[in-house]
Amino acid sequence: MPEQERKQVKKSGGGDESDADAGQVSATSKAAELKEEMDDILDEIDSVLEENAEEFVKSYVQKGGE
Amino acid sequence: MAIAKVLGTETEYGIAAVGVPDFNPVLASSLLISTFAGSLRRIRWDYEQESPLRDARGFEPIPSREVSDEDLGLANVILPNGARYYVDHAHPEYSTPECLTPRDLVIHDKAGERILERSLGEVATQLPDSPPLLIYKNNSDGKGNSYGTHENYLVDRQTAFADIVRDLTPFFVSRQVFCGAGKLGSEAPWDERGRPIYQLTQRADFFETEVGLETTLKRPIINTRDEPHADPEKYRRLHVIIGDANMCEIAQFLKVGTTAIVLKMIEDRFLPDLSLEGPVRALHEISRDLTCTVEVPLADGRRLNAVQLQWEYFEHAKKYVEREDDTPDQRDVLDRWEAILTSLESEPLSLHRELDWVAKFRLLEAYRERSGLDRGDPKLHAIDLQYHDVRREKGLYYRLERSDKVDRLVDEADVERAVMEPPEDTRAYFRGRCIGKYPDAIAAASWDSLIIDTGAEALQRVPMREPLRGTKAHVDALLDASHDAASLVAALQG
Repeated sequence: MPEQERKQVKKSGGGDESDADAGQVSATSKAAELKEEMDDILDEIDSVLEENAEEFVKSYVQKGGE
Repeated sequence: MAIAKVLGTETEYGIAAVGVPDFNPVLASSLLISTFAGSLRRIRWDYEQESPLRDARGFEPIPSREVSDEDLGLANVILPNGARYYVDHAHPEYSTPECLTPRDLVIHDKAGERILERSLGEVATQLPDSPPLLIYKNNSDGKGNSYGTHENYLVDRQTAFADIVRDLTPFFVSRQVFCGAGKLGSEAPWDERGRPIYQLTQRADFFETEVGLETTLKRPIINTRDEPHADPEKYRRLHVIIGDANMCEIAQFLKVGTTAIVLKMIEDRFLPDLSLEGPVRALHEISRDLTCTVEVPLADGRRLNAVQLQWEYFEHAKKYVEREDDTPDQRDVLDRWEAILTSLESEPLSLHRELDWVAKFRLLEAYRERSGLDRGDPKLHAIDLQYHDVRREKGLYYRLERSDKVDRLVDEADVERAVMEPPEDTRAYFRGRCIGKYPDAIAAASWDSLIIDTGAEALQRVPMREPLRGTKAHVDALLDASHDAASLVAALQG
């Protein structure tokens, strides 16, 4: 993988974050670069989601399995 | 000496109907499967354990047993590739045929996705007026309901189950760092529902105990189901319920390949005691730590993070493979395992070409950055779900694949072949070829038997208790020479 694709990890929140979110990070510190690389996919996302995606995902309820 | 690790996965797919939130998922799953399977549908699944009338002609209902899904008319078919495709609870489920290598398992697991995708196409063509169905290869609806992706490994019956529990638990707790499929949100009963965090796995939230028989509630890290589907004196089938469904081929390969090596090491007592102090808590903490650095306590007082735990397993595996099991397949697992652990140690988010949780996280983060949405926004949950859509035109994993943003491990031609053809080096070969060649004469089938109707007075049961008998090398000449099922049976009896 080309070195320039590697993303910086940045802990979110800094020192005063709550323990509950301690392991959360953001991939957006090199946001522009990430966005540029992903632009073609991002452009497609809205076209592949179901209509009213927000409502659809809220109504996506499965019976348990296994 | 450890036995060969015959492998298989069972995937319950999520199902939805566009515009009909209150659709019947059981009937929809059955429709999907029977439309795909067509005439194969008349071959019954052989519920040998429940059936005392195993050789009787005809299939009178046996009053003492429970009503099975099949009695309700739900689809349950065996395919020419040796797989089982059926309705389980309220989901279509695909169980791969038995495979002998992790690479073959990846091929057959992907073939399952293609079969679901093709089934959707068949329903759309044959029933154009019915609401379109959607299928997701994931493990959670984001609302506290989970459906499983189970792995199966053939294990020597002589291996003490306590050894498996001791040595496999820390491995399962830590392997999430490379085999998790990623999830936006929290569904753990003890956490705030829907808290907008991102996790390594779909499933960690649903595990509450260390060992047990349950699969639907109080789920255990080690499942004790003992149904070998093979000679029970010699074998155990380890039924693993803690994995996620993978889209990334490399994640899937590593999940199965590393677990198989660890099981061999357990059989040969090659591992040190890495027992954790509180494995369930450790499982949850590791799933919620995207830096892969959170340390968890071991019973011996040490504290290691998940990657360090994996290195412990890896270092032993390397010695073990060199000494006991030096094959190109095992080398491939080791090389990829080492590369992934090295990257996880330095920069987990660099693994967006190999691991599902990273690939999806990156997609979500990029979209969030561009749109300015909050992390808990429903739109992001929709993107999370869409990553797992099995339609290659629509699924976001497949969009990444198409634009060369994820690495493949196998050739699509091999996946296509596996839609119709069984693996050649397990008993699945005999099962699949018989289904393909004599479909009208196969009355029933299961993992360890075929029941053949030659038109004679009694049905003929062909037991297949040895998972590595019935391979292409064993039976190809026999099958080629048997132009119908009667001559096959005659040859088998001769």
